[in-house]
Amino acid sequence: MDRRESLRTLVMGGMASSFFLSSCVTDKESPIEEGDIIEEKQGYGRTPAEIERDEDLMSETFFTEEEMAIITSLADIIIPEDEESVSATEAGVPEFIEFIVKDIPEHQLPMRGGLMWLNRESSKQFNMPFVETSKENQLKIIDQIAYPQDFEKTSPGPTFFRRIKNLVVTGYFTSEPGIEYLDYRGNTPNVWDGVPEQVLKKHGLKYEEDFLKVAMDPANRGEVMNWDDYEI
Amino acid sequence: MSFQIKKQPTKYDVCIVGSGAGGGMAAKLLADAGFKIALLEAGPDFDPANEEQRTQLRWPWESPRRGAGSTRPFGDFDMAYGGWELDGEPYTQNSNTEFSWFRSRMLGGRTNHWGRISLRFGPLDFKRKDFDGKGDNWPIGYEDVKPYYDKVDKLIGVFGTKENLPNEPDGFFLPPPKPRLHELYIKKGATKAGVPMIPSRLSILTKPINKERGACFFCKQCSRSCMAYADFSSSSVLVKPAVETGNVDLYVNAMVREVLTNGEGEATGVSYIDKEDLKDYEIKAKVVILAASACSSARILLNSRSAHHPNGLANSSEVVGKYLHDSTGSSRGGFIPELLDRERYNEDGVGGMHLYTPWWLNDSKHLGFTRGYHIEYWGGMSMPAYGFGFNTQALKEAIGDTSRNAYGTGLKKDVKKFYGATFGMAGRGESIPRKDNYCEIDVNTVDKFGIPVLKFNYNWSDEEVKQAAHMQDTFEEVMHNMGAIPLGDKPGKESNYGLEKPGKIIHEVGTTRMGTDPGSSVVNQYNQAHDVPNLFVMDGGPFVSQADKNPTWTILALAWRATDYLIEELKKGNV
Ligand SMILES: Cc1cc2nc3c(=O)[nH]c(=O)nc-3n(C[C@H](O)[C@H](O)[C@H](O)COP(=O)(O)OP(=O)(O)OC[C@H]3O[C@@H](n4cnc5c(N)ncnc54)[C@H](O)[C@@H]3O)c2cc1C
Ligand code: SF4
Repeated sequence: MDRRESLRTLVMGGMASSFFLSSCVTDKESPIEEGDIIEEKQGYGRTPAEIERDEDLMSETFFTEEEMAIITSLADIIIPEDEESVSATEAGVPEFIEFIVKDIPEHQLPMRGGLMWLNRESSKQFNMPFVETSKENQLKIIDQIAYPQDFEKTSPGPTFFRRIKNLVVTGYFTSEPGIEYLDYRGNTPNVWDGVPEQVLKKHGLKYEEDFLKVAMDPANRGEVMNWDDYEI
Repeated sequence: MSFQIKKQPTKYDVCIVGSGAGGGMAAKLLADAGFKIALLEAGPDFDPANEEQRTQLRWPWESPRRGAGSTRPFGDFDMAYGGWELDGEPYTQNSNTEFSWFRSRMLGGRTNHWGRISLRFGPLDFKRKDFDGKGDNWPIGYEDVKPYYDKVDKLIGVFGTKENLPNEPDGFFLPPPKPRLHELYIKKGATKAGVPMIPSRLSILTKPINKERGACFFCKQCSRSCMAYADFSSSSVLVKPAVETGNVDLYVNAMVREVLTNGEGEATGVSYIDKEDLKDYEIKAKVVILAASACSSARILLNSRSAHHPNGLANSSEVVGKYLHDSTGSSRGGFIPELLDRERYNEDGVGGMHLYTPWWLNDSKHLGFTRGYHIEYWGGMSMPAYGFGFNTQALKEAIGDTSRNAYGTGLKKDVKKFYGATFGMAGRGESIPRKDNYCEIDVNTVDKFGIPVLKFNYNWSDEEVKQAAHMQDTFEEVMHNMGAIPLGDKPGKESNYGLEKPGKIIHEVGTTRMGTDPGSSVVNQYNQAHDVPNLFVMDGGPFVSQADKNPTWTILALAWRATDYLIEELKKGNV
């Protein structure tokens, strides 16, 4: 049986093996053949034209080193490390931002201009580029653009801040540590049997009895459907 | 490049153009019946179980753009090779109109990523004119199609519940999955507002129906196409078994240019361009079935001109391309305060909603608009992708949270707190088909294969705008009754109440309409061209009207009905 075949048999074999597969997917410590297949990094299902596009984008560099330094410090101000999870840079956010501005070019001008604006603001207020000024001074500027007074709301600073904040947040929460912190539990074979009982209770909700009679029953979901007694 | 046209040596019984819903169904049935088939598909081969093509169960970080829609319009993991624009294959618009055309070029067409919403048309839907005097009746009724819906249910599989609703016929349903938490909340509000909510009807196998396809393992990713073949994709469910009979020669990357005819005006086969070598080929067959999707099939017909058919093939009525219509759509998002900081569990479920709202006001005569809509819902603790977290500030404002967490640990915690508390609803409604909404050939523009392209002309009427206004009122009422906070401003008159541009709902049908009168329709009730008896159209083109139901289950049922008829005709030697 080739590896693809074995994966398929697993997935198609119904509940028991689905759980088996699910443990392989998450359990990286004890690799077994089937687990390998899912973990195998051979691209992510690209067509030849898409591979080419990705490679082209990867081969270009958009931000200068200086710009990347600002992005990096901003990223960690926006999402710092704390007792529960790693920082944005540890989650690879700056690299994601470098890629996404090439991928979605609308980001390029506002990002480059915004970074320039930030540096100029820092020079104006503290006589030093943003990355060289003290953490305290950096936060002063950030506070101005993150919590603008009404009259500042439409100035370039807040507009830039919203954009980079969005990119940092999205980059973080789509990274492996970000998703772990968010505690998203899915993307793995399982058997959906409704909202857990204690959650239903907490929300004062329940499933209707009549519905439960016809709902999918995990106990027999592996059996091929039989229409003999079915009438419409 | 050589311009010599190559002829494929085999003469086939039937040549099928397009491997989506309609083409796949015809191929499967004809192959099972032992006929020799050529199946031509403009896109590449595709199998969701092929590791090189698989996107299912991948994580957002496996994509450098984190699933953004910059390569594939519905996101990096979506299983459509194509989109609103195809490189080198443009379409144009008549001034002042805007139609969006979604094409997916691959084995299985758009059935690899479609929403799997599998609704039967009801008795009213075939005869709306009898009730409201608008548009046209179908030449057939529900009772003609019912046996085929039954067969499609059993062959392909669909879950749902028997509800006994007059215009939402029950089918052979697999057991439905239990609703998710936000769906229970919405249902509470909907019930108070007098809006019904019932288990959705999706072609996803909550139980296996045969030994070839597995059961759903609840990853919510049907739009990525299922490697266990537990959802309906024409590629894995119809074309694959058809090819396995040995009766089908599959030609992929074969872009059909036109239908060939003889001196008597009968179809003799098709001509196509092999996208690999860019050479022209011909395939001969006794019968030609077009199933390239409604607009593509109309384009092929209009481009198949000859002395016998100066306006294009099967077009003596001059309605090929006319009566193009899409579903209406309008939507609104909201936020459920009770779901703030919610307990985590795997809430993926199936690839789509577990509950939906069928149209509930068939008996109301005074709505100010004529046809109905159903409501689809989304929400829950979904896997993040590009765009996740963009709305954190807006959410805070919506609930009047003025805490300063614009950055830092507080922001991180806010994102986590709001996760899974938003949801949305979208109306999908029936529009009234009109002759002046159409596609035609743009004689001044060709695609990269030298084939003249389509030009669209499409406007909504007041009917559709008023329907969208009603949708928005309903959304607000349901949200109000469930204690949810609607997000953003309510779309008003200036935006046509959020009514999406024509084409955006991707239910375009009607371009080769069915009828009894050859003067005003293209095909008869068996999808057979009035003008050319050995030519059939088996996609959404023959729809007389689209109902508020998504079209695919009806495309499949009608293709089965038409193929049964064709098999009889072939056996009798009539075609
Ligand atoms: C995001 C999305 C969600 C949807 N959700 C639903 C839903 O929930 N329920 C529902 O009922 N419908 C849904 N639809 C619509 C559904 O996908 C279509 O109704 C259905 O796929 C139409 O089937 P078809 O066979 O007519 O065409 P397609 O599936 O489009 O297949 C046509 C095939 O023909 C090929 N082709 C085109 N031109 C040529 C040519 N010249 N030569 C050779 N081959 C050609 C194409 O490459 C394609 O493979 C959805 C669509 C989209 C995009
Ligand atoms: S939700 Fe079920 S049917 Fe859909 S892709 Fe996932 S496992 Fe397959």
